[in-house]
Amino acid sequence: MAKRVEQLESVVIRFAGDSGDGMQLTGGRFTSETALSGNDLSTYPDFPAEIRAPAGSLPGVSGFQLHFADHDILTPGDRPDVLVAMNPAALRTNLRDLPNGATVIVDTDAFTARNLQKAGYETSPLEDHTLDGYNAHLVPLTSMTVAALADIEGITPREAERAKNMFALGLMSWLYGRETESTLEFLRTKFAKRAEIAAANVKAFTTGYHFGETSESFSVQYEVKPAKLPPGTYRQITGNTALSYGLLTASKLSGLGLFLGAYPITPASSILEELAKHKGLGVRTFQAEDEIAAAGAALGAAFGGSIGVTASAGPGIVLKAETVGLAVTLELPLVIVDVQRAGPSTGMPTKPEQGDLLMVLFGRNSDSPVPVLAASSPGDCFYAAIEAVRVALSYRTPVYLLSDAYLANGAEPWRIPDLAELAPIGVEFAQANGTPFLPYKRDPKTLARPWAIPGTPGLEHRIGGLEKANETGNVSYDPDNHDLMMQLRAQKVAGIEVPDVEVDHQEGADLLVLSWGGTYGPVAAGVKRARARGLRIAHGHLRWLNPFPGNLGDVLRSYDRVLIPEMNHGHLRKLVRAEFLVDARGHNRMRGKPFTAGEIDDAIGAML
Amino acid sequence: MTTLTAKDFKSDQEVRWCPGCGDYAILAAVQSFMPELELPRERIVFISGIGCAARFPYYMQTYGMHSIHGRAPAVATGLAVTRPDLSVWVVSGDGDALSIGGNHLIHALRRNVNLKILMFNNRIYGLTKGQYSPTSEQGKVTGSTPFGSVDHPFNPLSVALGADATFVARAIDTDKQGLTDVLRRAARHKGAAFVEILQNCNIYNDGAFDVVRDHKENRLYLQHGEAAGSTGIVHDETDFATAFALSRVTEATHGVVPVGVFRDVPRDSYDSLVQAQVDSATARGPADLQQLIGSGDTWVIE
Repeated sequence: MAKRVEQLESVVIRFAGDSGDGMQLTGGRFTSETALSGNDLSTYPDFPAEIRAPAGSLPGVSGFQLHFADHDILTPGDRPDVLVAMNPAALRTNLRDLPNGATVIVDTDAFTARNLQKAGYETSPLEDHTLDGYNAHLVPLTSMTVAALADIEGITPREAERAKNMFALGLMSWLYGRETESTLEFLRTKFAKRAEIAAANVKAFTTGYHFGETSESFSVQYEVKPAKLPPGTYRQITGNTALSYGLLTASKLSGLGLFLGAYPITPASSILEELAKHKGLGVRTFQAEDEIAAAGAALGAAFGGSIGVTASAGPGIVLKAETVGLAVTLELPLVIVDVQRAGPSTGMPTKPEQGDLLMVLFGRNSDSPVPVLAASSPGDCFYAAIEAVRVALSYRTPVYLLSDAYLANGAEPWRIPDLAELAPIGVEFAQANGTPFLPYKRDPKTLARPWAIPGTPGLEHRIGGLEKANETGNVSYDPDNHDLMMQLRAQKVAGIEVPDVEVDHQEGADLLVLSWGGTYGPVAAGVKRARARGLRIAHGHLRWLNPFPGNLGDVLRSYDRVLIPEMNHGHLRKLVRAEFLVDARGHNRMRGKPFTAGEIDDAIGAML
Repeated sequence: MTTLTAKDFKSDQEVRWCPGCGDYAILAAVQSFMPELELPRERIVFISGIGCAARFPYYMQTYGMHSIHGRAPAVATGLAVTRPDLSVWVVSGDGDALSIGGNHLIHALRRNVNLKILMFNNRIYGLTKGQYSPTSEQGKVTGSTPFGSVDHPFNPLSVALGADATFVARAIDTDKQGLTDVLRRAARHKGAAFVEILQNCNIYNDGAFDVVRDHKENRLYLQHGEAAGSTGIVHDETDFATAFALSRVTEATHGVVPVGVFRDVPRDSYDSLVQAQVDSATARGPADLQQLIGSGDTWVIE
């Protein structure tokens, strides 16, 4: 019997379970199905740094949140409409985020006395009043999975049990009318080497799907219509993949080889892993002995005429500071990617933060100017990477590219660009012209010095960390020369051409909300909500943090009030106040989670 | 190509080491040797870290970089891996290579990056005015150890061998012939070559190597296949145990200091292995980037 189909505009689902339960895989597959269904979407994988925390424990819970809609959305959603909880710990850590009336699907088989105790439940939440007010579905996921797989030969009981995440995925796929063929194909490919495991997972998935169709527990199926996005061919993409593709594209656009020096660190490692696959595009990746060597090798590659890149997170970026200072004075191109994570020190490695801004701007000895830009969404990491390379090559300077753990792992639909439509990056290496070579004689417009790479006859020269005489580059301790060189280095970076900040202005708005980096989505969504309840708000988003866009001062001064939400204690706010004497206020939270649209809306409300 | 001479490798910069420093003799020997590479100057690069020795690139009419303390092997690795057409030399000191840069040194050696690493060992920190170094003898009284150093020193050659370096040698700053022989062998070696050069700092550690520098009778010139003096060891450059045993021979143990090539064995260099992977991946033509970024599940919005 066909069930009633209810239309929804948007849904937020969170899958939660033990870190060994395969929640990231489950969420990832549901995301793919959703993408193929044509919805706009945004994901937020939220997992512990431990690979396998003690089973059933609260810190071991791994979650994956997905927001999908029939319209343009900006965030992974504030509060889940649906929670799939694979054990008591997952229920306990996530239930507080759910609004009343939300749907909760639990695997009742996991609610054993031992698991309840590990989660700190004195009585079973399935039997007391914990789930009152929620639309609870109590499903024996594990035992139904194991029973369904009884006739599949060659799998162990443990392997049968492990397929329960696919049962859950099948059920959710039915509930929201997802496209399923891509998941079946995925399972067959992923387990191609063990046909019986592939068969077990496929069976678990389809059993879960049919359970939804037939079970009386689920009376309604939901439909979310495709979103109207700009025309084009789409795929879903995470920030680190997009960033890697951006670097590859910059290599193609400039015609220069790409060299990545990196040391494994969460959440940046997947950039190294992605680029290491693409030797066929001429990429050389170097897993260095430490963060310092990773940066040093990238700088050595840049000296030789390659695009030198090093990628890390805060604790690694700290170690690279001296090398970045060297790049500043050598005036060689270098891109340093900082995928920010919660600190200080080791902090919370898998959780996002914006706490590195002041470090990358000022965390070096002396006045040591470095351009800084920040990506605003997973897909934007692609374009931000190209822009970082373009500026590094054009101005012969290190450039900091900021991302964060949320952008790095979060996914969104991405319109696949036509590479032929992207502007080439022009690079000219210096050639001998019969006159004495002056390695620090600058281009009058960009103030960039010539890039003379080894192998070029007649341009043999030496550069180093000691102060250099203007033009000749020879070692100099002359006081006036040093003062001049300090000014020239500062002027060069200050003069980098960056686009004006664009403001999403609303007639009559006297409050400007100014965001930067990975908080774009939640801030834009929060502004939308505030407007929906009649408030008049302007929203500006900064991509370049150094130099600031030329119109930023005028923009700031044209509003009575300025609110700067940041996942730090006010880095941009300090800069804006110091630079423009504007009494900007902040909304500052460091919870290791992206902002919610709701809290931005509240912060706006508090300002008006 | 016209034949180059030592003069062609002198830069226009005034050399600023202390008068009497052993570095002058090393610079002269290297400049004299350079024409033997039979490479145009633009294909030669000297990279250094920090310290007295690290000023070396400024005086060479080649490409050069005076980088930061201890990191020269890392910088040079990036250059060598991306530019296999270049001859890349690293100039370092005992503090630079074995203390602050110890990690980079051992990893460059184990990877066998095609670098020629010259480590000037004067057993002291010179540029910071005379503190003890990781090769200073225990008990050394210096500015930072007024009661004598309690540190046990490194044996640089044992360290290099421990890192599985494929080429390990020792020479003496003023022994032009011996130094040139070692440079020649190092240059010919494909992969990482580690050369310890005993160098006198006449200001802060004068006479550190007099026992072998002045007293030539204490030099034990190693010859492959021949008995190594009265040590009882027949030298075999290809045998690790022999090289290691010889690295432990000192004036204190045997009354002699071995100089020359301790180890020279073939092993694929890191940069050549990287290049081979790139070549094999691009053998059927370069990969298609447009195809890559459009890979995976895709959907069309009209």
